[in-house]
Amino acid sequence: MLVLDLAVKSLRNRAFSTSLTVGSIALSVALLIGVENVRVGVRESFSNTISQTDLVVGARGGTIQLLLYSVFGMGAPTQNLSWDTYRRWADHPAVEWTIPYGLGDSHRGFRVIGTNEDFYRHYSFRGGQAISVAEGRPNSGLYDVNLGADVAAELGYEVGDEVEVTHGLGEIGFINHDHMPFTVVGILDKTFTPVDRALYITMEGLEAVHFGWEDGAPPGAASPGAAAEEDEHVHAEDEAVAAAEEDEHDHAEDEAVAPAEEDDHAHAEDDAHAHDPDLSIEDVEVTQLAAFFVGTSSRRDVLGLQREINEFEGEPMMAVIPGLALNNMWQGLGYAEVGLRLVTIFVVLVGLLGMLVSLYTSLDERRREMAILRAVGAGPDRIVALLVLESVVLAAAGAVGGMALAYLLLSVGQPIAETQAGLFIPITPPGFVEWLFLGSVVVAGFLIGFVPALKAYRTALHDGLAVRV
Amino acid sequence: MSLAIDIRRLRFRYGGGPWVLDIPELTLDQGTRAFLFGPSGSGKTTLLGVLSGVLKPDEGEVGVLGHDLASLSSAQRDAFRAEHIGYVFQMFNLIPYLSVLDNIALPARMNAARRARLDGAGVKETAVQLADHLHIGDLLKKRVTELSVGQQQRVAACRALIGAPELIVADEPTSSLDFDRRETFLELLFAECDRAGATLVFVSHDRTLEGMFSRRISLPDINRATV
Repeated sequence: MLVLDLAVKSLRNRAFSTSLTVGSIALSVALLIGVENVRVGVRESFSNTISQTDLVVGARGGTIQLLLYSVFGMGAPTQNLSWDTYRRWADHPAVEWTIPYGLGDSHRGFRVIGTNEDFYRHYSFRGGQAISVAEGRPNSGLYDVNLGADVAAELGYEVGDEVEVTHGLGEIGFINHDHMPFTVVGILDKTFTPVDRALYITMEGLEAVHFGWEDGAPPGAASPGAAAEEDEHVHAEDEAVAAAEEDEHDHAEDEAVAPAEEDDHAHAEDDAHAHDPDLSIEDVEVTQLAAFFVGTSSRRDVLGLQREINEFEGEPMMAVIPGLALNNMWQGLGYAEVGLRLVTIFVVLVGLLGMLVSLYTSLDERRREMAILRAVGAGPDRIVALLVLESVVLAAAGAVGGMALAYLLLSVGQPIAETQAGLFIPITPPGFVEWLFLGSVVVAGFLIGFVPALKAYRTALHDGLAVRV
Repeated sequence: MSLAIDIRRLRFRYGGGPWVLDIPELTLDQGTRAFLFGPSGSGKTTLLGVLSGVLKPDEGEVGVLGHDLASLSSAQRDAFRAEHIGYVFQMFNLIPYLSVLDNIALPARMNAARRARLDGAGVKETAVQLADHLHIGDLLKKRVTELSVGQQQRVAACRALIGAPELIVADEPTSSLDFDRRETFLELLFAECDRAGATLVFVSHDRTLEGMFSRRISLPDINRATV
């Protein structure tokens, strides 16, 4: 107790260097704890990009590719699924709900996603939050479009504006569907997920965008006789077979089948201007989609359903469990996490080395003090204990201060991170990892304390009661 | 009367260097006020180091209060010093981060035997009493850095005296004081030593003070190692 009292008073006497040392350790510990919390936050937010969806289904290919184009809005499927196949699974007894997802077009760099009302009903993220409309209403009409929050904010769109859709997923589409303007009917609430960075139209709308497209170009541009050609087309073709075909040319023809039948005249007369006001959602028949999300009636069915979909012979397709796949994906990025953690650990080590330097350099001016302590009967062991204890007290003060600082910054930064970056950082009371960090810092302080302590020990033995130079 | 100090055939050197001390015999009765003098470099401080058990003699016996320090381990000598010896340095006696009171109380807090000899009084009360005896009772709350050199030396004397150690060792404690203050300081020190029945070994190269002591020892005369 005497030695602890001496250590504390000695540190207090050197208040400036003590507070600098404690401050630098506290900063480094705060960084360590802060990074740890943010890391957990990023990870949570990543694996909660989509939730309560049991399976994501798309054309057979890579798991990560499927997740990227379906959940994260990056990349494109190599192939679409046919609508009939989708319906087959949607009606499967183990399936409670599905959300179809169609891709292929964009608007000024943002993706245009074709889906239906199930998207609003069943899509959920971050532990069960649903998509909601901040302004306007969900899209339902053929030419209705809903905007993700970021799209509306960045492009400055409001309900009632007209937007045009570009073919292709790239930033700069080379052909605008300028005869297909969509009307903004709603703007979605911000979700801080990739949902915010897309436009939502109906499956039929997406299909209609490609209305009359043959040879990959709109009617009138590449193929002036497109509308006429449609009459010659054989409409009785089996749709399932057509959809399964790989040639996009055939797809394009097929897509156009239904509307062409009924609106042939109007379209032919009006092909360079706005969309056909008479064309309604019932007139369009959806033929394909990029992916769909599945919620099962019972969790126990997930694995069986997944196997069944993967082994389906009608069409090459695959189903992945998003939670699992997202975790695997995150683990693939794990080296970055390890790197980040290593960096912060080194920062803490640097803080502790600062303490070592400060204690070590103070020893010379403390030789007198050591001689006095020796004179009143302190053995060299007490000298060692004093210096080790000082080091421990510094490290512990730094660790506790750092923890307090970290939680202070987190509580200040949490709302900012959430509104500015969409990153929800859960502030949890210090858990095992945090206590482990703090314990390690104190233990490191204890071990580092032996460096000045042993130097003081040797000096004290050498000096005895006289300070010899 | 038993001996406070009983040195026989003591030889000491630092590391493998030349002999610094080579003292065939030196004895002091208990209660003696001894004045140990000699020029700089004659081994005065080294002898005090040996007497207080900080330095271990290479040869011979160093009897202090009936214990042969030469046969004790380093830790035993530390404990012995804490219990039986009060030490006053030439200057810079005080630990800068402790208050005057804490500086005085330090030996009593460090060693249980010193505490036990306070006659039932608390550490603080004893320290206050000693400070009053040495006329520094009004300084107890001060920071040691605010004291004059003379005041610091009195605080050091209080610290050496607390818990009534049998041997007080003072290494030129008055060399930084002017003459009047030296005498006052010594008188106060003597009074306290008498009160506690302590033996005093006082080292100085300033022989103007020697008249106040009951025994005078010239270190060059007894130390054959002195060149």
